[in-house]
Amino acid sequence: MHILLIEDDREAAAYLAKALREAGHVPDLAADGDTGAAMAADGSYDVLVVDRMLPKRDGLSVIEELRGRGDHTPALILSALGQVDDRVVGLRAGGDDYLAKPYAFAELLARVEALARRQRPGAADTLLKVGDLELDRLSHTVTRAGKAIPLQPREFRLLEYLMQHAGQVVTRTMLLENVWEYHFDPQTNVIDVHISRLRAKIDKGFGEPLLHTARGAGYMIRDATR
Amino acid sequence: MTRLGKVVRTTAFRLSVIYIAVFSVFSVFFVLYIAYSTDVLLNGQVRDTIAAELLGLSDQYRIGGLPAVVETIDQRAHQPGASLYLVTDVSGRILAGNVAEVSSDLLNRAGVDPIAVTYRRFPGDTAKRTAMVQVVRLPSGFRILVGRDIGERDQFRSIVTNALFWALALMIGLAALSWVFVSRRVLKRIDSVSATSRRIMAGDLTGRLEVAGTGDEFDRLADGLNAMLDRIEHLLYGLKDVSDNIAHDLKTPLSRLRNRVEMALAGPADSNKYRAALEATIEESDALITTFNALLMIARMEAGAPDGAMSEVDASAIVRDVVELYEPAAEEKGAELAVAAPQPILLTASRELLGQALANLIDNALKHAASATAASSPVKIRLATARDGDNLVITVADNGPGIAAADRERVLQRFVRLEKSRSAPGSGLGLSLVAAVVRLHHGTIELGDGNPGLVVTIRLPLK
Repeated sequence: MHILLIEDDREAAAYLAKALREAGHVPDLAADGDTGAAMAADGSYDVLVVDRMLPKRDGLSVIEELRGRGDHTPALILSALGQVDDRVVGLRAGGDDYLAKPYAFAELLARVEALARRQRPGAADTLLKVGDLELDRLSHTVTRAGKAIPLQPREFRLLEYLMQHAGQVVTRTMLLENVWEYHFDPQTNVIDVHISRLRAKIDKGFGEPLLHTARGAGYMIRDATR
Repeated sequence: MTRLGKVVRTTAFRLSVIYIAVFSVFSVFFVLYIAYSTDVLLNGQVRDTIAAELLGLSDQYRIGGLPAVVETIDQRAHQPGASLYLVTDVSGRILAGNVAEVSSDLLNRAGVDPIAVTYRRFPGDTAKRTAMVQVVRLPSGFRILVGRDIGERDQFRSIVTNALFWALALMIGLAALSWVFVSRRVLKRIDSVSATSRRIMAGDLTGRLEVAGTGDEFDRLADGLNAMLDRIEHLLYGLKDVSDNIAHDLKTPLSRLRNRVEMALAGPADSNKYRAALEATIEESDALITTFNALLMIARMEAGAPDGAMSEVDASAIVRDVVELYEPAAEEKGAELAVAAPQPILLTASRELLGQALANLIDNALKHAASATAASSPVKIRLATARDGDNLVITVADNGPGIAAADRERVLQRFVRLEKSRSAPGSGLGLSLVAAVVRLHHGTIELGDGNPGLVVTIRLPLK
């Protein structure tokens, strides 16, 4: 993936670029708002990672300008401000996701990949499939190997989100944000317990496990046999 | 600025000047009006008197001719307070009367209306006398003059003029005096306020404005400002407390973190040891970040409502959501999480912050109740919403050890962790954050005794 990184802290930017390269992506760096806006203007990037506070020009205005021109390249806003209202302001300005500093690299990577995936065709499919697991978004039914699996509404949304991002790591905070719509840090292992309940329903008694734990990062649903 | 300049610039001065001007104009007008009406009245009286006298004299003339007139005039002229009379022959020689001299052409100006003239009462009279007189020419060529001295009227006029002058002078004088007194008093109070505020600005936060105890507008102002200063002082000390706490609760883990890295580097190079140290470092820094975030969040909330975060929400739905989020985790710990939030209760609030507050309360209950009740009786946590008049009431009750009555107020403050729970994980900010969320929504929080356990009651106004 071609990623534009607009970040003024050189050390953080260099570290981030190196880590993104190691994850198989192609990052470009811009150290201030003006340069970033100029580089983003050619529209060749899959994802933008924009620091909110930049020299010369505020990160939000860069995104606003792009959106004003009809450019909808997904943008992840990085900010030292992590408060509820800042997040609202960031998303209102046209950002697609918001990550408060300091963050774990795994979190950033998972979010960048999720953003890029959102742009690909197929994200709005009504029938999601991973291996022999099928989720029908219209009838709200889940089957594995043809056998119906009854799920609670929240479990259904959890599985739906995981399957929309099949093959990708999904972090606990991403799950909390997208399935429960809360942005705070629950501190305890609440999400893990939800996952293990879901896992008991969709993996237990079936052959190959589909719901995997990505150590130190989150979870991934994936058909390992393929 | 000079003292005089200062005085002239006061509001009291400007008001005094305006009042003096208004009252002066009013009193001048008033006095002039009285003087004018009195004048008209007196003139009328003089005319009437003269007319009556002339009528009487003409009757005498008809009955007894000139000698009767002369006799009557002689009689009348020598009574006290008499009018002025004069009878002359054709050549102007005085036959009778009490006037020594009038201008000679006056006697030729016999007319219908009385006119004002000067005269001499007796020969060699130097007093300036004025009178209203009317001259009548008899068919025989004799002339009769009747008049009234109008010196009294003129005297009255000068009294009025003098009174007006002195009244104005006295008024302006008194106004100036009272204004000097008032403005000195006002300036003194204002100067004391300025002096106190300068002292406070210089760093003496204990300074307070002087309250005279008279309950006047200055006392009211001073009371208001003093209340504000109390609040500011309280906030500043709060801030100092916070920075002390930050110093303690952030520096302790930071030095622990530093020591660990140092220790790892000190020994022989061993990648396993390094890995363990680094992993522990990440964990420690994550905990630090959590503490830091909570602190920032509390500070942010205390500074006011985050815009954009407030919306119309159903409190019962939020309670059910959070319970649903925590239910599996509670079950895993062998705790029972129950919710009674049947009716939707709508209010303007931040779903995110209310959710976080509830999560903190459940988290606390799970942590503390679980450590205390052990296996003897299962932990039970009950959440409920209810409407009480214009308030939303959310209760979170557990059957854990509770909090001693003496400690309840204290645990809502930042960083306070009771000695018993020092060993339990957590930043010590959970309850303070809940309290900050409640304050942000203009509500109240109360920690009560659940017998056993803790009952947290949150009341939020619905409007």
